[in-house]
Amino acid sequence: MTQKTVTRADLAEAVYEAVGLSRTESAELVERVLDLIGDALVAGQNVKLSSFGSFQVRSKNERIGRNPKTGEEVPILPRQVLVFKPSNVLKSKINKSMVRSGK
Amino acid sequence: MIKSELVQRLAEENPHLFQRDIENIVNAILDEVGDAMARGDRVELRGFGAFSVKNRPARVGRNPRTGETVDVGEKYVPQFKAGKEIRERINRAG
Repeated sequence: MTQKTVTRADLAEAVYEAVGLSRTESAELVERVLDLIGDALVAGQNVKLSSFGSFQVRSKNERIGRNPKTGEEVPILPRQVLVFKPSNVLKSKINKSMVRSGK
Repeated sequence: MIKSELVQRLAEENPHLFQRDIENIVNAILDEVGDAMARGDRVELRGFGAFSVKNRPARVGRNPRTGETVDVGEKYVPQFKAGKEIRERINRAG
């Protein structure tokens, strides 16, 4: 199976094709979309994008971890983590297309 | 923040664009990410994160209530791993 990596440039190209803006402006808009999502998350907000999914910031409590190499116990400090919850629309879109292609 | 609020904010920053165009732009981006995953591709957005597709092989499951075995078919599930930069920013803020 040949797997490709999609990057910002591909997203900018999609924007360029969808709306008649310049490539430069398309690329800037992709950047702003990612920045605005990031800023909302950093501000502690969840970001819900209907039919795509939602990004949530979760708080993790402190717990005791262990260095697997030395067996030493180390505290893992309380922290915030970012999780993505795909929407059912996205999940079924991916699942259907992948199972069909037999990859 | 929901999609319409994101569109609203972008519209304020880009008064020369129609709100309809902004909606198309946001949807084009999200569709491109979704389409890529539907092809089994990986989407890597430095600083933000990476989307990928993971295979869950078929397995024999069990109904926990009745103990009955059920065949669970092969599945493909989307995955997201937050990028380093956003992970650090979220922690500093929290």
